[in-house]
Amino acid sequence: MTQASQDSSSDAMLEKLKTKPGSTKELFNKFMTGLTAFFTVAILIPLVAVVFDVAREGVGQLGLNVFTERPPAPGLTGGGFGNAIVGTLITLGIASLIAIPIGVLAAIYLSEFGRGTKVAYGIRFAANVLTGVPAILAGLFSYSIVVINFGGFSAFAGGVALSVLMIPIVMRTTEEGLKLVPRGMRDASLAVGATQFQTIAKVVVPAALPTIATAVTLAVARAGGEAAPLLFTALNNNFWSFDPGRPIATLPVLIYFFSIIPYRPQQQLAWTAALVLLGIILIVSVTSRFLTRQKQF
Amino acid sequence: MSSFAGESQRFTKQMISKRNSPERIADQGFFWLTLVMAASVALLLIWIGLQIFTAAFPAISTYGLGFLTSTTWNPVSNVYGLLPQIYGTLVSALVALLIAVPLGVGVAVFLSEDFIPYTLRDAISMGIELIAAIPSVVLGLWGIFVFVPFMRPFYTFLNSTLGWIPLFAGSPRGFSLLTLSLVLSVMIMPIIISISRGTLNQLPPELRLGAMALGATRWETILRVLIPAGLSGIIGSVMLALGRAMGETMVAAMLVGNANRLSASLLDPGSTIASLIASQFAEAGRVQVQVLMYAGLVLMFMTLVINIVAEMIIKKFQNIE
Repeated sequence: MTQASQDSSSDAMLEKLKTKPGSTKELFNKFMTGLTAFFTVAILIPLVAVVFDVAREGVGQLGLNVFTERPPAPGLTGGGFGNAIVGTLITLGIASLIAIPIGVLAAIYLSEFGRGTKVAYGIRFAANVLTGVPAILAGLFSYSIVVINFGGFSAFAGGVALSVLMIPIVMRTTEEGLKLVPRGMRDASLAVGATQFQTIAKVVVPAALPTIATAVTLAVARAGGEAAPLLFTALNNNFWSFDPGRPIATLPVLIYFFSIIPYRPQQQLAWTAALVLLGIILIVSVTSRFLTRQKQF
Repeated sequence: MSSFAGESQRFTKQMISKRNSPERIADQGFFWLTLVMAASVALLLIWIGLQIFTAAFPAISTYGLGFLTSTTWNPVSNVYGLLPQIYGTLVSALVALLIAVPLGVGVAVFLSEDFIPYTLRDAISMGIELIAAIPSVVLGLWGIFVFVPFMRPFYTFLNSTLGWIPLFAGSPRGFSLLTLSLVLSVMIMPIIISISRGTLNQLPPELRLGAMALGATRWETILRVLIPAGLSGIIGSVMLALGRAMGETMVAAMLVGNANRLSASLLDPGSTIASLIASQFAEAGRVQVQVLMYAGLVLMFMTLVINIVAEMIIKKFQNIE
């Protein structure tokens, strides 16, 4: 009985404390909530619009031939961008060969040897700043080293430029993965007599392998969509090329060149190439996100 | 007792020296290998700067600092000035911020509060991350064929009603600094949202409880307590976004109009440092390459300063936390 009356009196007190409906404060609260909710919906519109438009414009030409043929001469219809897909894979392959060893080994230093030191702090800081360096400057860097000194524009020069973008991503993400490996695993390995090298190579790195794979995937997805560093390193090529020492076509550069020339068939091909590129990158991004999320739970 | 300690120490030393040398060499070698690789990541940043500086040096000694304040760009007579591009880079990035900051911070607040269920918030933030994953060249393509034609009537309207303001003067054709800014604002929004949201989520819950206990409403708490407390993280995210907007290349090259002119109007075509390099480098002669390297060095300096300050602000905040 007394319990109930106490409840009702505290309910009444709570009622008094509540903001009165229709007061300025209440209206302001509602307005701000509505406004930010509107913002949240609004910023997703470009994503939906771009995906929708690329799919609508690109799907018409999508067929097996776009993967197996090379681009037609300006103004002619048909053809595809098979050579650009191969070129993208080759430049990304070269970039990965450079970036993965450097990025993973650097991450091992940060997580296993340099944890908490000033050196590690400085390196991490530099890597973060490196992430913010405009992609086109990676192109200038590779141009001034590889293109000038080693026989002109080439797929290799493009790979070097892309590796600059990949290294900090591989390093930072791998480091996060290594840090998640429990300390006990390292101690146990050392306690049974393994050397530090054996511990890292046979216990820590294998345990962090899923995150390292995610790190590589993220870096490849980021570098694979970049055109700016390739414009004057890998350049472009209308023909099939598998030679790392020669200019090579890539999907992003092909999209750029075909979108700024006034031929309708080429523009059409640019849309289809954009659909393929966007499709691959969005699928990879979504999958890698789900993979890392499962890891955390 | 002490002899026992001595004995055990000798035993440990024996055990250590017993480790055969290949194992020790592998350990030492591996340590140094990782250290060298880690150091090379930091040195890479310096190397990029030095390399571009070296390549730009002939142009720097020829054109000096006057390059930054002159407006002519004539490869035929080798007269070069970067002022229109510096102006275009700064103005397009700042206008993009003007749009992206209120929206981005608003969304960050909305997603860090419990207005909607967690799963829905998670799905939305995933969509926002996907915006960041769209290749810039695809956004450029979309801009050329969809966004510019779509915006043209609005630009014409803006021009005919507000044309007396220099910002909206001229004859709008679609490719302009404003178009670039609008697309840039979409591209940098994910950075602002993810870092600002992270900062707001990390704030100690006592701040909110304290404000609520004093009788503040939800939005009073957000605007007077939470946002001021997370301000450094928000400012850091905005500066990172500024750096990203200034360095963005493909969208700029495809949408800004690539006109070497210095115009007060946002509806006029212009150019940025990055778009200049992208559109001219492949066909440039020897001197022009050096000049474009100089332009790249200017861009590197601008973005580096902004990024370093941004990282310092974010780091400082994280350390306090």
